[in-house]
Amino acid sequence: MHFVKLEALSLGHLCTPGTLLSVYSYAVLRPIPDTSIFDLRLSHRGRRLNKLCAALCSREEREAFKRDEEACMSKFGLSEKEKDLIRQRDFKGLIEAGTNIYYLLKIGSVTGNGLYKMGAQMRGESYEQFLSTRNYKDAV
Amino acid sequence: MGRIVGGIGLSHVPSVGPVVDRNRTQEPAWKPLFDAYVPVRQWLAQLKPDVAIVVYNDHAADFSFDKYPTFALGVAERYAIGDEGFGTRPLPEVQGDLELSIHLSEALVYDHEFDLTLCQEIAVEHGFLVPMNLCFPHGQGNDEMRGWPVRAIPLQVNVIQHPLPTARRCYKLGQAIREAVSSYPKDLKVVVMGTGGMSHQLQGKRFGYMNEKFDHWFLDQLESDPEGLCGITHRKIMEQAGAEAVELIMWLTMRGAMSRSARRVHRHYYAPMTTGMGLISFEDDQGVC
Repeated sequence: MHFVKLEALSLGHLCTPGTLLSVYSYAVLRPIPDTSIFDLRLSHRGRRLNKLCAALCSREEREAFKRDEEACMSKFGLSEKEKDLIRQRDFKGLIEAGTNIYYLLKIGSVTGNGLYKMGAQMRGESYEQFLSTRNYKDAV
Repeated sequence: MGRIVGGIGLSHVPSVGPVVDRNRTQEPAWKPLFDAYVPVRQWLAQLKPDVAIVVYNDHAADFSFDKYPTFALGVAERYAIGDEGFGTRPLPEVQGDLELSIHLSEALVYDHEFDLTLCQEIAVEHGFLVPMNLCFPHGQGNDEMRGWPVRAIPLQVNVIQHPLPTARRCYKLGQAIREAVSSYPKDLKVVVMGTGGMSHQLQGKRFGYMNEKFDHWFLDQLESDPEGLCGITHRKIMEQAGAEAVELIMWLTMRGAMSRSARRVHRHYYAPMTTGMGLISFEDDQGVC
C-alpha cells in the first residue's frame, strides 16, 4: 500500500495534518468544490445535531420540538453555536456543522422547510429562482 | 433450488411516496415515470418472483450513526413501515422470508466471508418502499389483494457515511448472493433490486446538480461491462454525478447477482427536478453461474 503524507496536501479541515491515509482514501476525501463529503470527521462533529434530528423520527419528539425548540436543543446538549444555526434556520451552516443531509430533512420538515426550500437557501437563491432552474418543476 | 430470475436497478426518490399515497401518479409531471413501470409490472406479474431482495440504504430512519453497519441483512418474518421524520406511510407491512434470510446469512458469512450485520427488526423506509411501490401493486385493509404480491428481504448498505464499501465489493456481494440463492434447497424464484441514485446532490452550493450524460453512460456500462464499471471510485461518481449519486454502487450488487447470459429488458430515464431517475431491468433464466 502506498501512503501519502497529507501535511503537504492542504486538505483544510478534512484531515489532521500528518495523518496517513492510503492512496484510495486520499482520492475519496479530496475536497470537491461546493460539496460536502460526509465522512467520520464530519459525522463526529455533527453527532449532537444528528442525534436531535434522529429523535424527530418519533411523533412525540416532533411535537415536543414544535412546543419548545429551546428545551429540545438543550436536551440534546447542543452548543450555543449549534443552537443558533437551528434558530436561524441556517441549513448551509448546519451541513457545515456536520448535520447529515438525510438528518437535515427531518429538521426541515418539523420547521416547515422542505428539501427544495433548503436547497434554494444553500444555493443562495430564492425558492422561485431555484424552481426556474429545473427541467419540470411540477414534479414535487 | 433457488433461482434468480431477474434484476432491477432503479432510483428511490422520496417524493414518489406521497405521489402514490395521494393518487397523483397520472399528473403530467409524474406520468412519464409511472408509465415506464407499466411494462415492468407486467413483466414481474409473468415472472412471479416469490421473493425480492431489496438492496437499499436507510436514510436515518431506523439506523443511526451511533452504530452504523456497512452491510445489514433483514432476518425476520415481517418488516414494519418506518417513520423517517414525516409520519408513517399508509402501506401494508412487508412479509419477509425468514428461512431464506437465515440461509443467505449462513451462506454469505461462512462460504463467502461477508461479515454482515444481521437484523431481526428493520423498519423500512423510502429507500426500500419507493422501489416496491414502483414495481409491485399493493392492497390495503381487508382487500382480497391485501399486502404485497411478493415477500421481500431488506439488505441495507452504508452509502451515506464514508468510508463506504467500494463499488467492486458491492458487485462481489451480488455474486455471492447469486451463489447463495442457487444453493437454497427449496424451489424459489428471486429478483434482486438495486436502488438509489442516479445523479443528484442535495447539499452545498451544488445542490440540485444532475448529469444526464453520466447517468446514460452508467446505464450503458452496467449493461455491457459491469466488471469494468466495478473499478469506478466513489470520488468519480461524486464529482461527476453529485455527492449523493454514490448510492449507485448498490446497482452493482443487483448486477453482480445476474448471470453472464442475463439480458436487459427495460430501460428508462427521467430527470424532472433534482434527481436522475433511472430504470434498468435484466431477465435471467440461468439457474447457476
